[in-house]
Amino acid sequence: MRTVNQRGWLFVLPVLLLVAFNALVPLMTVVNYSVQETFGNNQFFWVGLRWFEEILQSERFHAALGRQMLFTVTILIIEIPLGVAIALAMPRRGFWVPVCLVLMSLPLLIPWNVVGAMWNIFTLPDIGLLGYTLNNVLGIDYNMTQDPFAAWITVIVMDVWHWTSLVVLLSYAGLISIPEAYYQAAKIDGASNWSVFRHIQLPKMKRVLTIAVLLRFMDSFNIYTEPFVLTGGGPGNSTTLLSIDLVKVALGQFDLGPAAAMSLIYFAITLAVSWLFYTLMTRDDR
Amino acid sequence: MKPRNLVPIIYILFLLLPIYWLIAMSFKTTNEILGGFSLFPQDFTLDNYRTIFTEPVWYWGYFNSILYVSLNTVISLVAALPAAYAFSRYSFIGDKHLFFWLLTNRMAPAAVFALPFFQLYSSVGLFDTHLAVALAHCLFNIPLAVWILEGFMSSVPKELDETAYVDGYSFHRFFITVFIPSIKAGVGVAAFFCFMFSWVELLLAKTLTAVDAKPIAATMTRTASSAGYELGLLAAAGVLTIIPGAIVIYFVRNYIAKGFALGRV
Repeated sequence: MRTVNQRGWLFVLPVLLLVAFNALVPLMTVVNYSVQETFGNNQFFWVGLRWFEEILQSERFHAALGRQMLFTVTILIIEIPLGVAIALAMPRRGFWVPVCLVLMSLPLLIPWNVVGAMWNIFTLPDIGLLGYTLNNVLGIDYNMTQDPFAAWITVIVMDVWHWTSLVVLLSYAGLISIPEAYYQAAKIDGASNWSVFRHIQLPKMKRVLTIAVLLRFMDSFNIYTEPFVLTGGGPGNSTTLLSIDLVKVALGQFDLGPAAAMSLIYFAITLAVSWLFYTLMTRDDR
Repeated sequence: MKPRNLVPIIYILFLLLPIYWLIAMSFKTTNEILGGFSLFPQDFTLDNYRTIFTEPVWYWGYFNSILYVSLNTVISLVAALPAAYAFSRYSFIGDKHLFFWLLTNRMAPAAVFALPFFQLYSSVGLFDTHLAVALAHCLFNIPLAVWILEGFMSSVPKELDETAYVDGYSFHRFFITVFIPSIKAGVGVAAFFCFMFSWVELLLAKTLTAVDAKPIAATMTRTASSAGYELGLLAAAGVLTIIPGAIVIYFVRNYIAKGFALGRV
């Protein structure tokens, strides 16, 4: 049991100040912009909720949000089962465990723009390993900069390459925490591989999988750098995800008001969906 | 060898292919790259690396990145350690709400904060300093560090604290000489994740710097657009950004998996 002690506040004060400085001040700036119109020269006019109405009705926002949802759902459907499957197939002990873990963690430690640049080089039609193989060896017509479908597939494969390891690491952590006795009991009962997975491994992995789904949802929903470097949002607008669109509006066109309103709507969606996932996945615990 | 061992092997090969291609490119001359496809470098050259190690714009990029990442890791850990202790041991007004609020900051899209961050750090006179990036990255690293450390601390029995008080330790002495050493694996894991997320983040780092503290990754994007297509140089710079991460991960390899398992949801 934790003791009631208000000294706790003193302990969390540094964290509170640092995070509040970084979170509340910028957030209030955004809120401030979102209800005003600016004509340069630092002149601002109150416009109320106009930007919010405009954004919520704009087709551009709907399209970007739709692409974002499609992207996030696709990578979750691929990465979560794939990550679990790889974790299940990994050795539990011995020399190869740290080797596997180190090699698998490599993509997680590469700066995000380098990930984009690396995949760009990898997929160049004539001189990239993947682009060359697809075009000249397998005879598949592949050019990411012209074909929206190819661009989509590439962005998704890149994300699977980049982040599946996180799901593997989390699932593996859940798996190795299962005591050996559970497996022995299952063996005595003559349980099949599937029922071992369904009744022992999956329930034990539930907690780490919740973390994995939450982290992958948040990070894929906020993704910016990798697709921006890889495709620049193109061809056309085909891979312009929400963050890329937002930065275009905010820094490209310098429309501070609409960009701020869009930021807040965006943040609200992320919060709401995360909360939903969190409640659904931890519902049985209480 | 069992057939199921093939799954991780194929997966690791898939992970290594693009990395191999980056490494292969970094040893090629520009002529060879633009001349056509070759699986291995034909005219093996170290020129790309030589450029990076001799031109200040390039190697300062590395120093800048390492400087603000280290600074951020230290700040995050120093602030997070007492906070994680409070969350793990004490119950105080609003503790659960505070914990959840901290985690919500991990959800904020960096793109939302880019412009306000620029204005905030300009107005306090920190723009284009390493400290600015280090402080900005606290936004997502402190919540993560608190979360990981809290898990490790809660697995230490409370009797340890009580015994220390009975033995006449002051709180400070107990915390620094007894408690922190007892969770050093957790400190290592938290440090690893702070390092990792600060190292890979670029949007904020790029927004908050111009010349003096510009990260290596930003130098790369600028080269890609200004100097045309120097793919070899770009690849070499990319390869060099993988190395610090690889070194760090080697040191914490036995704790990575454990770090996650202990964090509470």
